[in-house]
Amino acid sequence: MTVSAAPRPHIDLQNAVVRFAGDSGDGMQLTGTEFTREAALYGNDLATFPDYPAEIRAPAGTTAGVSGYQIQFAAHEVYSAGDQPDTLVAMNPAALKVHLPDLKRGGLLILNEATFKQSDLDRAGWKTNPLTDGTLENYQVIKVDFEHLVGKAVEGAGVSAKDASRCKNFYALGLVFWIYSRDIEREEQAIRERFKKSPPLAEANVRAFKAGYNYGETIEALDAPYSIQPARLKPGKYRNVTGNSALALGLIAAAQKAGLRLFYGSYPITPASDILHELSKYRRFQLTTFQAEDEIAAISAAIGASFAGALGITGSSGPGIALKTEAMGLALMTELPLVIINVQRGGPSTGLPTKTEQSDLFQAVYGRNGECPIPVLAARSPADCFETAYEACRIAIDCRTPVIVLSDGSLANGSEPWLLPDVNSLPKIEPDFATDPAGFMPYKRDEKLARPWAIPGTPGLEHRIGGLEKDALTGNISYDAHNHEKMVRTRAEKVRRIADRLDPTEPFFDPEGEVLVIGWGGTYGSITQAVIEARQGGLKVGHVHLRHVFPLPNDLTDVATRYRTVLVPELNMGQLRLHIRGQLGLESVGLNKIQGKPFHVAEIRSTIESLARRKHLPAEQEIA
Amino acid sequence: MSAPLVKLTKKDFVSDQEVRWCPGCADFAILAGVQKLMPELGIAREKTVFISGIGCASRFPYYMNTYGFHGIHGRAPAIATGLKMANPDLTVWVVTGDGDGLSIGGNHLIHALRRNVDLKILLFDNRIYGLTKGQASPTSELGKKTKSSPFGTVDRPFNPLTLALGAGATFVARTTANDMPHMSSVLKRAAAHKGAAFVEIWQNCVVFNDGAFDEWSEKDVRDERLLKLEHGKPLMYGKSKDKGLRIGGGFTLEMGAADGAVVHDESRDNLSLALALAALEPPWPQVMGVLRAVDLPTVDQLAREQEREAEKATRGPATLEALLQSGDTWDVTAGAGDA
Repeated sequence: MTVSAAPRPHIDLQNAVVRFAGDSGDGMQLTGTEFTREAALYGNDLATFPDYPAEIRAPAGTTAGVSGYQIQFAAHEVYSAGDQPDTLVAMNPAALKVHLPDLKRGGLLILNEATFKQSDLDRAGWKTNPLTDGTLENYQVIKVDFEHLVGKAVEGAGVSAKDASRCKNFYALGLVFWIYSRDIEREEQAIRERFKKSPPLAEANVRAFKAGYNYGETIEALDAPYSIQPARLKPGKYRNVTGNSALALGLIAAAQKAGLRLFYGSYPITPASDILHELSKYRRFQLTTFQAEDEIAAISAAIGASFAGALGITGSSGPGIALKTEAMGLALMTELPLVIINVQRGGPSTGLPTKTEQSDLFQAVYGRNGECPIPVLAARSPADCFETAYEACRIAIDCRTPVIVLSDGSLANGSEPWLLPDVNSLPKIEPDFATDPAGFMPYKRDEKLARPWAIPGTPGLEHRIGGLEKDALTGNISYDAHNHEKMVRTRAEKVRRIADRLDPTEPFFDPEGEVLVIGWGGTYGSITQAVIEARQGGLKVGHVHLRHVFPLPNDLTDVATRYRTVLVPELNMGQLRLHIRGQLGLESVGLNKIQGKPFHVAEIRSTIESLARRKHLPAEQEIA
Repeated sequence: MSAPLVKLTKKDFVSDQEVRWCPGCADFAILAGVQKLMPELGIAREKTVFISGIGCASRFPYYMNTYGFHGIHGRAPAIATGLKMANPDLTVWVVTGDGDGLSIGGNHLIHALRRNVDLKILLFDNRIYGLTKGQASPTSELGKKTKSSPFGTVDRPFNPLTLALGAGATFVARTTANDMPHMSSVLKRAAAHKGAAFVEIWQNCVVFNDGAFDEWSEKDVRDERLLKLEHGKPLMYGKSKDKGLRIGGGFTLEMGAADGAVVHDESRDNLSLALALAALEPPWPQVMGVLRAVDLPTVDQLAREQEREAEKATRGPATLEALLQSGDTWDVTAGAGDA
């Protein structure tokens, strides 16, 4: 690993948070992704948080159209994308308006000076010009006339004026590369690869990128550029991965290990569509992707595929999951393997399509007609989406049951370095199809209470299944009162027994103490960092992060009693808190945020601190 | 895969379940017709799957001694699509009704047809909701008085045939449960079709809509009021085949003498004549038989072809390990990063 040579001494930092912000057409997501890749390849640990509007192109220059991408990269382990940026790149006044309040006092602010004309300010809602009215006096401001400088830099590259102007994100990237002493050669290659279909575009973007880098050097943007050494990560092979990609790979891995065709039925919906896109690329892995006519068809087709002996999977977000609900009941009744992925977003109804939230826990655990227990697993980080998806598939196949996987918008689009698993050490998955007609009964169960998976094409096992209540052995329609109660209780017991096979719950950090933080899903990073910081202040704090939301671990209450207080931070109104109270009688204090944004570490840390100090506990801690 | 074929009989396709339709229901005739057809197809029982939604017709799979799936309301075509795409070797039948297939499941039906999934879709049309006890259906005639429309329906019905043709179905036919020979011949044609085969079957509901098709399909009138389509034969009807349909001015059909009647061609690419025939309303004769039968690639075939192409390709990861390691990777060795 070589560090790019810079002509003057560096200032070594342990970590930095950078946010790129601009119009949704400015290419900020790409800029952020490029910066992230270089940080990953350099060996930093990192976490990212893309934040973009629901509109593809909201009116240019308005705050509605601002798209942002934040990365925290460090010489140590990183758990969240960071609360406040150290460096903010704002490509127009609207981006400045939206993101300036988050910038650290004294932070570095890179502005596109050319976009601060009166009309631009009006569109963004600035009453006076922030460049001159003192708004920016607490920050280190680097004003750059991107339009002019980029135009000059790409002269002669053979691209139109419009394409030239679109290179300005790479100019900004180059400047940030200089600020953080990043390797420009690797990035130059990456740009040429990205634009290989159009050599003039590649040339123009490379020139803009290098010009941006040189600009930092020339104007001496800083006394000395920063440097952040590689992190000491666990040895192994890594790649940077988003939650949606990791999830898709987890599904493929499970199907491959089980020797099954993977059938993914889905209907386009934000923020789950990338799973469909990712899976659609890999036709040679016995993989059928089916873009259905609607959400109901997507899950119904997946159920049909599972009946045929494939691993049927469907994915969506909350509103789409609502439409799939009846079919989830059918999968439960027919006791077929099925995995249902919910990449949660802000709700209810259409809600906040591109923003993150954890408000579908009740929908997942309790949201169906009849007694309809379905195991629910939640991923905690982008890379963890791989393992969670894999485990969900394993349970679905082992127990012949639908399984729900909860991800969320911040995991789906966020990324982190992923220590690639050894394919050979992934747990076994055995479909164990029924083949023997002797004594075959469609609903005769094994010790896990799973029924046989007898697929069409198998001679002698012809049978009929469906959504009507079934006889406990033959699977034929049964309206018998006692049979119904037996079946309802058996289906519930089958799911409950999954908890018996879970590893014991081992809290992170202190095994007993003042506060136990119980979390689930995408809040893992913020909670971890908050607990680290609270413990640095001398508090004894433990952290349990639930992958198994339903059924809950059997020992959760025992673990919780080792602490004075239980805190449950959630991006909802307190769904896990009510769930553990209802399921386990476990009381806790909630910290709840419903803003379409992840927690700041500071919000959780200060809550832990104040709970540790308080004699009387509140039911819910308001975010300051 | 060529296991010695045991000669099967109709009885082999009768399941052990008691049939629970109302006495006199036309569903019995359709069940008998399908059970009789099965051994003639030479397809093993275990390779045959019947899939249904909800409604009286949808109990059908329980009575067939094959694999079967009684789904949820309207979703049979979607379940069947997943099944067929997951295992194209299976012969998949969908049994639905006018409510299940044209109302709650209308979207799935039209998309299964436009995709040309290799399914045999039997739509039992009795123009009423039976299992929910007598509400108007999407094929109930305008003004029909039912439990849910005591003053008569105010919404116009679907014509299942024009709907199927409009959705691009590659095989579209109509038959009636009270004409076993005709029904058998149409079912056989549907079974032989490679692609989505849509068959509307007039099916009398004795309890909630008795006599719905009497004015056309009773024995004494059917020759005059029904036109049986035959590929390559002129469009003639009447007891002595004395009447015919011809193309008139302004792109319309005309009734007239048998002489000069248009010759029926199921394989026409152009839909206009099939649509014109499908849309005929009294006093015109109603058509019976195969309106359209064209060969087009099925979605299950096309999807598998893409896989075979992908397997031949040399680019891209070929193993799970290579797949996980694709993209930009880097190695961290013990001690790396120690500044």
